[in-house]
Amino acid sequence: MRIVVPVKQVPDTTEVRMDSETNTLVREGVDSIVNPFDTYAVEEAVRVKERLNLDASITVLTMGPPQAESALRECLAVGADEAALVTDRAFAGSDTWATSLVLATAIRHIGFDLVICGKQAIDGDTAQVGPGISVHLDVPQATYVGKVEEITPGKAVVLRLVEEGHERIELPLPCLWTVTKEINEPRLPSLRGKMRAKKAEIRKLTAEELGLKAKAVGLDGSPTRVVRIFSPLPRAGGEVFTGEADECVAKLVAALTEGQVV
Amino acid sequence: MAQGMDYGLTETQEMIRDLGRQVADEKIKPVAAHHDETGEFPWEIIKVLADADLMGVYIPEEYGGSADGTPGMNMCLLAEELSRACAGIALAFAATGLGTLPILLSGSDEQKKRFLPDIAGGKRLAAFGITEANAGSDAASIQTTAVKDGDTYVINGTKQWISNGGEAEVYTVFAMTDRTRGARGATAFILEKGMDGFSFGKKEDKLGIRGSTTRELVFEDVRVPEANRLGREGTGFMIAMKTFDVSRPGVAAQAVGIAQGALDCAVNYAHTRKQFGKSIASFQGVGFMLADMAMKIEAARALVYATARHIDGGAKRPTKYSAMSKCFASDVAMQVTTDAIQVLGGYGYMKEYPVEKYFRDAKVTQIYEGTNQIQRDEIARALIKEAAGRKS
Repeated sequence: MRIVVPVKQVPDTTEVRMDSETNTLVREGVDSIVNPFDTYAVEEAVRVKERLNLDASITVLTMGPPQAESALRECLAVGADEAALVTDRAFAGSDTWATSLVLATAIRHIGFDLVICGKQAIDGDTAQVGPGISVHLDVPQATYVGKVEEITPGKAVVLRLVEEGHERIELPLPCLWTVTKEINEPRLPSLRGKMRAKKAEIRKLTAEELGLKAKAVGLDGSPTRVVRIFSPLPRAGGEVFTGEADECVAKLVAALTEGQVV
Repeated sequence: MAQGMDYGLTETQEMIRDLGRQVADEKIKPVAAHHDETGEFPWEIIKVLADADLMGVYIPEEYGGSADGTPGMNMCLLAEELSRACAGIALAFAATGLGTLPILLSGSDEQKKRFLPDIAGGKRLAAFGITEANAGSDAASIQTTAVKDGDTYVINGTKQWISNGGEAEVYTVFAMTDRTRGARGATAFILEKGMDGFSFGKKEDKLGIRGSTTRELVFEDVRVPEANRLGREGTGFMIAMKTFDVSRPGVAAQAVGIAQGALDCAVNYAHTRKQFGKSIASFQGVGFMLADMAMKIEAARALVYATARHIDGGAKRPTKYSAMSKCFASDVAMQVTTDAIQVLGGYGYMKEYPVEKYFRDAKVTQIYEGTNQIQRDEIARALIKEAAGRKS
């Protein structure tokens, strides 16, 4: 079974800086980490491989600048078998549509039976790329997976976290999951793993190799545009109506009509 | 992870240090206070270290370890990082190292193949047994005997204050095989938990390193095969001395780790605690204390690393430097942890805050593996020997 885990290298800080021209993240000079949710995805891939008696291979891949290689090596150190860096200037500024298109194309190029994603990236927080990949790949998806009950080369049964509890979903392979932190406890790297990761060859994939035209990706290929990023103004205190219920209701209705809310 | 002074570490050494730090921060720190309170043996941390391939960093690759040519430095780097989080928990690893060294230094290839792989893989822990109730600094006056009977030795006696006692499976034990030969009458043996007649006394209730388990070893007619004797009869003390030469920098590294952990607490506190409208770190009285603490730690660290490198490089008689590193670093740890409590003031005295534990943990580093008085004795002897050598 071929398992692919797309990962993202994100800034390790609560103070992200934005490039005011392109309204995208300034990545230089900031410590980078593997997106925490992605570490759960990698761990789950390793556990699936262990469940299948090691009859599987795990490829981690990331779309990013050359420095993203270090994130891939961290994943190799905890049990991924191979790594690919999808990198090209043409990809810069991609929104979630373009990103999921690029990743899906790379995944199809590599070949896959199962794709496991972290539920969202802590910098963008959209949670759109995982589902976007499954649509581009045209395979079924299960998002917010908290537990994998069954996994065989042909099908998977997973528990999906929803507001009221869990849904039990059966999916045929190939399919895609996005996972939550509930699913496992990521292991630490081993010394041997780190040594192997240090020496590993990382495959590079460019737009041309993937047959992607410049207009389909990057800022140009992004249907959404970030217009402005700002901190919302602090909310002013509300008004509290006290007294008998009938009185309050009357006051509230008056306030709402006056404020032209209704 | 680039931080602190550049000590010219190799890639492997950096990986060991970084991984050790990750284990310390993510796995040991959260449970340190619990183990200090309950005295429970940290099996869960041993498992983490084993899974991370860290239990064998001082053991050669051919026996399942990852020494990569610098076992001493590897051991020091790891001991320091783990001790920064909890010296007691770190000791489960470090005492195993001490118990394994006699096998590494004097064992036959057969003995190494029999014992080292499981220890390197974290499947079995080790312990070192020389100290007795009446034989501490005066190690040559041990009373435990080993009497030859055919091709076995019958061992009788007790050992006191053995770290990992009762939890370890492999014990390197020193016993007298020929009392008439004095210091040349002791022999080292490898004993295993489960041998008939080999039992353990009560667990000791200690001031510090409470996450480590310390017990008495009791030998009642324990029959040990000749195949478990280390080296020739009579070489026991030589093996013990050679072991200490290599292990003392490891104790020094523990002390450096403890001191660093305490300093980090003190600096963070001094930075955030405000009195008289300012952070107390901005008062020179406090700032100077922190500066002195930091200088001592860095000097100790540099001495420990230099000694480790000296030994890894094959130095024949590193006794003087080993003793220096252990004595200096442990004295520094005691000074730094005392001052760290002082910086935190009342909070430093409360068990609710982590600083007082460093102080309790630091004390033993001035005592075990040779008291600092013995260390000074060794250094003085070495200096005199050198002077005598120069004269002729």
